[in-house]
Amino acid sequence: MVGFLIKRLLQAIFVVIAITLLVSFAVRLTGDPAVTMFQGGGSMTEEDLMRIRVALGTDQPFFVQYMNFLKGLVTLDLGKSFTGGTPVSRLIGDALPATLMLAFISMAVSIVLSIPLGIKAATSKGKGVDQAIRIFSLLGLSFPNFWLALMLVLLFSITLGWLPPSGMGGVESYIMPAVTMGVILTATNVRLVRTAMLDTLNAQYIMVARAKGLSESKVLYKHALRNCAIPLITYFGLQFGGLLGGIVVIERVFNWPGMGSLAFDAVGARDYPVLQAVITVLSLLIVGINLLVDIAYGLVDPRIRTE
Amino acid sequence: MAFRTFRLSRFNSLEFVLGATLTIVICVAVLLSDVLFPGGAEKIDLMARLARPFTTTAHPFGTDPLGRDVLARVVAGGRISLLVGFTSVIGAVVFGVLMGLVAGYYRGFWDMVVMRFADIQLAMPFILLAITFIAIVGGSLTNTILLLIVSQWVQYARLVRGSVLTLREREFILSARAIGVKDWRIVFQHLLPNLIGPVIVLMTLNVANNILLESSLTFLGMGVDPTIPSWGGMLADGRTYLQIAWWVSVFPGLAILLTVLGLNLLGDWLRDSLDPTGRTAR
Repeated sequence: MVGFLIKRLLQAIFVVIAITLLVSFAVRLTGDPAVTMFQGGGSMTEEDLMRIRVALGTDQPFFVQYMNFLKGLVTLDLGKSFTGGTPVSRLIGDALPATLMLAFISMAVSIVLSIPLGIKAATSKGKGVDQAIRIFSLLGLSFPNFWLALMLVLLFSITLGWLPPSGMGGVESYIMPAVTMGVILTATNVRLVRTAMLDTLNAQYIMVARAKGLSESKVLYKHALRNCAIPLITYFGLQFGGLLGGIVVIERVFNWPGMGSLAFDAVGARDYPVLQAVITVLSLLIVGINLLVDIAYGLVDPRIRTE
Repeated sequence: MAFRTFRLSRFNSLEFVLGATLTIVICVAVLLSDVLFPGGAEKIDLMARLARPFTTTAHPFGTDPLGRDVLARVVAGGRISLLVGFTSVIGAVVFGVLMGLVAGYYRGFWDMVVMRFADIQLAMPFILLAITFIAIVGGSLTNTILLLIVSQWVQYARLVRGSVLTLREREFILSARAIGVKDWRIVFQHLLPNLIGPVIVLMTLNVANNILLESSLTFLGMGVDPTIPSWGGMLADGRTYLQIAWWVSVFPGLAILLTVLGLNLLGDWLRDSLDPTGRTAR
């Protein structure tokens, strides 16, 4: 187990270094922020540009800037935004909870929907209900998330006037974004639950549970569901990356003040401390969750460790 | 070998009929868009700006605020989606399958490279990679395709590598090697035909997926040039007019949904047909 832990940890560290290097390097290829800042500001001399570069710290060699960035990650001091001068850590501190909140609610919505539906599909395998759930799941997989978001706005905000079309406010502002992501996640999760349940339902202990006369709901939800909980938690954990990617897109539709909105604004303004921080923080989060899922899985199921 | 398990009766399934019909109808309409709509997507009918759908035969899906026919634009916009969907998948398959074969057959250095790339890719959602990439090189048709290839080849490499690892120890490969068959021949003549099934399934599903990704990128203003008619671009425009003209946003989205659904149905059907264990599970 210790060997497995060390190997998995080294792998995660490698990924973190690779991603931070890649992002820092890539972000610096987007153009000179000093030039962008000066755009429309009349004439500028090379000295003016140089002074800005010194002020921004972009005159330093790449490697020095990268080391500073790594140090900043640890000390939570990621410099200041090039536009407006707000500390990057404060921008992230405001945006990250908004995105994470949405992620967890969407995940919860999809779990509440997909577990009963997946179990229903598995127990009625091959019948009409199963087919219908399968078709609905395919339909959900085919929806462009941002279009689903637009259509919900059209129906619930513009036509019916029930929900606010954008922004983050009270509980009602969470409904449409969370339903958009939740429904799309459910499309995938229903199939995962169905497959996991089908594997479990053939097991002997399920037959025993039925034979001793337990009610069907007890057999399904207590015995079968518990036994396929581990693979399901793993799948749900590994989905986190895709979920964050989806939220970044629909944040644009709902004007949600999260990481996606922050990133798009930063791209437009060549605000690379912000862009770099957003991408790094989100990637670190995903690496961290994948690592936790793997370790948890390794703890519970010894066969994984030898992989 | 994979195709030997294929039976003609499989063509009777609802999934295949629905999937193939959707895909064929959409592809044919999009390919014939110039014939179907002479004058095309850019023709402006000033007298009929913001015409409502289903009211005139001239503009069955209505017109946008500039007086352009929504139906003609939806059909023409499909060219971008299909072009991006198919070329990006072909690019990723060629590179990914080659890397997977090398990694699985020779192991060692290339194997490590592929697996580490897979780790990185797993930790970086496509949209984040896209934001970084597009911020550097700018959004365009070619860059969108390149981006999709860069982010997806690993999927094929991993899939192929996995199959090669189990296949290379099988008797028919060992005996081919024993009688002195050259490496490239073993790889292309003996290994490749045996692992092509899952690759085709993944390709079909990824064409669908890439159409979705391209439209999201273009919707966000980071994909294809917004002046070219494309589904994502039309939706970005339509979003501004959602309150006064719902049809400008509804029809392009519906086009994406139906195209992707058709391809997903086909991919799903192929997976069941090519995978014998999947068949018993049904």
